[in-house]
Amino acid sequence: MTAQIVRPYGDTTGDGRIQVSFTLPVPFRTRDEQARAEGAALQLAGKMGLDPAMVVHAKGMGPDFTFFIVYGRVSHLVDLSEVKVAKREFELLSPAEINLQIRSSLGRKLVVVGATIGTDAHTVGIDAILNVKGHAGEKGLEYYREIKVVNLGSQVEIPNLVARAFAEQADAVLVSQVVTQRDAHLKNTSELAAAFREAGPDRPLLVIGGPRFDPAMTSELGVDKIFGRGTTPRDVASYLVHAIAPARAGTAA
Amino acid sequence: MEAKPREPKLTIDPSVVAGARRLAAQAGQPIVEMAKAHTTVSVERAVLRLAGLAGADAAGMPMVNHVVDAVRSQTGLDYGVALPVWDALLAGGYASLSELAAATAAGGVAFRLPEGQDAALARVMASKAVGGGFAKIAGNRATRERLIEQTAEPRKPWIYLIVATGDIYEDIPQAQAAAREGADVVAVIRSTGQSLLDYVPEGATREGFAGTYATQENFRLMRAALDETSRELGRYVRLTNYASGLCMPEIASLAGLERLDMMLNDSMYGIIFRDINPRRTLIDQRFSRQIHAKAGIIINTGEDNYLTTADPVEGAHTVIVSQLLNEFFGREAGLADWQLGLGHAFEIGPQVPDQFLLELAHAQLVRELFPYAPLKYMPPTKHMTGNIFAGYLLDAFFNLAAVMTGQEILLIGMMTEGIHTPFLSDRDLALENARYVKNAAGRLGESFRPEPGGFIDRRANQVLDESVGLLRRIGQEGLLNAIADGTFGITRRPADGGRGLDGVIAKADGYFNPASEFLEPAEAADLDRADLVASQQGAAL
Repeated sequence: MTAQIVRPYGDTTGDGRIQVSFTLPVPFRTRDEQARAEGAALQLAGKMGLDPAMVVHAKGMGPDFTFFIVYGRVSHLVDLSEVKVAKREFELLSPAEINLQIRSSLGRKLVVVGATIGTDAHTVGIDAILNVKGHAGEKGLEYYREIKVVNLGSQVEIPNLVARAFAEQADAVLVSQVVTQRDAHLKNTSELAAAFREAGPDRPLLVIGGPRFDPAMTSELGVDKIFGRGTTPRDVASYLVHAIAPARAGTAA
Repeated sequence: MEAKPREPKLTIDPSVVAGARRLAAQAGQPIVEMAKAHTTVSVERAVLRLAGLAGADAAGMPMVNHVVDAVRSQTGLDYGVALPVWDALLAGGYASLSELAAATAAGGVAFRLPEGQDAALARVMASKAVGGGFAKIAGNRATRERLIEQTAEPRKPWIYLIVATGDIYEDIPQAQAAAREGADVVAVIRSTGQSLLDYVPEGATREGFAGTYATQENFRLMRAALDETSRELGRYVRLTNYASGLCMPEIASLAGLERLDMMLNDSMYGIIFRDINPRRTLIDQRFSRQIHAKAGIIINTGEDNYLTTADPVEGAHTVIVSQLLNEFFGREAGLADWQLGLGHAFEIGPQVPDQFLLELAHAQLVRELFPYAPLKYMPPTKHMTGNIFAGYLLDAFFNLAAVMTGQEILLIGMMTEGIHTPFLSDRDLALENARYVKNAAGRLGESFRPEPGGFIDRRANQVLDESVGLLRRIGQEGLLNAIADGTFGITRRPADGGRGLDGVIAKADGYFNPASEFLEPAEAADLDRADLVASQQGAAL
């Protein structure tokens, strides 16, 4: 059984040895500068709790910076019983898992209609999520074989978006809102939710994204999910699968 | 700039290669005809930019957009923007194009399509104005050559590094630092989604999304800073940006006017990865490449991107096919071979058996198919997993493949690819890696002889055969249909889908574009270029 209290492992149980690398904005040219730079690195290592610490590598980068690799021993203990695992409401899946789950659970492509609405001409957010090119090293939803993406672009009128969503039999509508003057993003979103409410009971999932949204405001705004800053296409795809094509418990995938 | 012929190392049949080029020309020629018969709003805006019109209104909308939109709504653009604009300039007594544009933005200019003497006069004036832009472009090209002479031409492979802070005033010291650390080429990544803007932002910009906006002023500021650094280092540091997206012709023109040295400019990238309408892209691209040809700019094509979506082994031949198409379109637009920075990448997973041999086969094949092109080789991205130590090793193998196969423009791989924008130390370590490989194995290429009929030789021939097969299929169904079918980057893009189709206009019989007389080759030279080029290439191999 794993011990409840552990320390980093170098080559012996309990030795607490770790390695870190970092850069300090200090020069490393003359002997004096080199000595001072290494001293600075040791000071930082000490404050980080490395005791003893050893600078095994220091290299000047240009006239103003020095790169260090430091080994040291930490005395900190890790109490495994206190480790808290933040639980997502949905599991983060790989593109292959997402495609597989849509195929096995829906048996058809998952249809997503995306747009920016109102006066908002900024398609940065919606394009980062939808375009194949993607964002932050992740391909956009167009890359997923089992997701059909209809990107309506910018400044789409809400009635047009509603009509198009029903015409495409969309499973989800993705709307991004970047412009926030006079809380335009909140007003637009509420109007969007109202328009879909009026259009009928069987509305698609409403997913909103933008840098100034509070993800906790879903019920207030009448939408199903709000994504904030730093959202990647895989986050969105994983959520869509969770909400629309959940794995059927007990049945073979 | 003519390099000496490279010695072939693979047992490739020159007649197969010549056949592949003929097929590429057959697939590309209908696109060229389509491009010649159409113009776009961005081509017309580029004409005004070449004539010196700059600036934007208080809301940031460029003057060139105001003028082209006004002409379009009043007279249409099927005769080009130039005739109505220079007619209005002469008739209205405006002191300058800017004055006319300001009046247009205020809604006070009536445009018409001039006829007879008026049209003749408008033509002369338009040609004169645009000639000013071309004189500046020619002057910039001469300045570049002079600066290279005064400093030095860096040895190949050129080390290519990226900066991208979003703020041009942060980018400048970073670019200068990158050059001091060893970069021969600095690329300023654009703000996410700029390719989808149907206008070019104006002025120096300090905010962007994961990149810095491409603007004329940003171009100017960065080139001036790198000139200073080039003199300091005694080697000419090249500047790269992106002529892609809805404003490709305008950005190409601005690049020529501000002496950028390389531009990303792929025939299909915008279509496949940005869902820009295929016709719009291919029309815009021809004009932008003609500008690049004049400006002495090296283009970089984007085949590496296919391998980030498609499987890099199964899809290897799509890279070759796209390169042959890019070469055909590039030469047709007047680019010389030394300006064709054809792209490819090292993206095969490290777990694949014989991964390195496969990469060598692909890289050597590209090298031999395009012996005079300065190939742009892209580092691994798909298999940079966050294990920075393994990533550092993979980057070393990439560097080794590059020196063994004579790649010329080397984008330096970062071990922290996909984790964050590189730390200062990441870049330093990456350069140390490249320097080590270049120093330790830089001459390995001269002793690298793949066994005839051996694994590498067979694989290269297989990829070439698959390329010929695909080109044949594209020839039968047409390039636009092949793109629609998802042939490239496994993404389907129908010819009438995507953004920007509403900005495409069929040219009328009397269409006039004053830039064309500077850009189109003389009629006499217009015998079957493709075949001529193909046969010359066959002989070179």
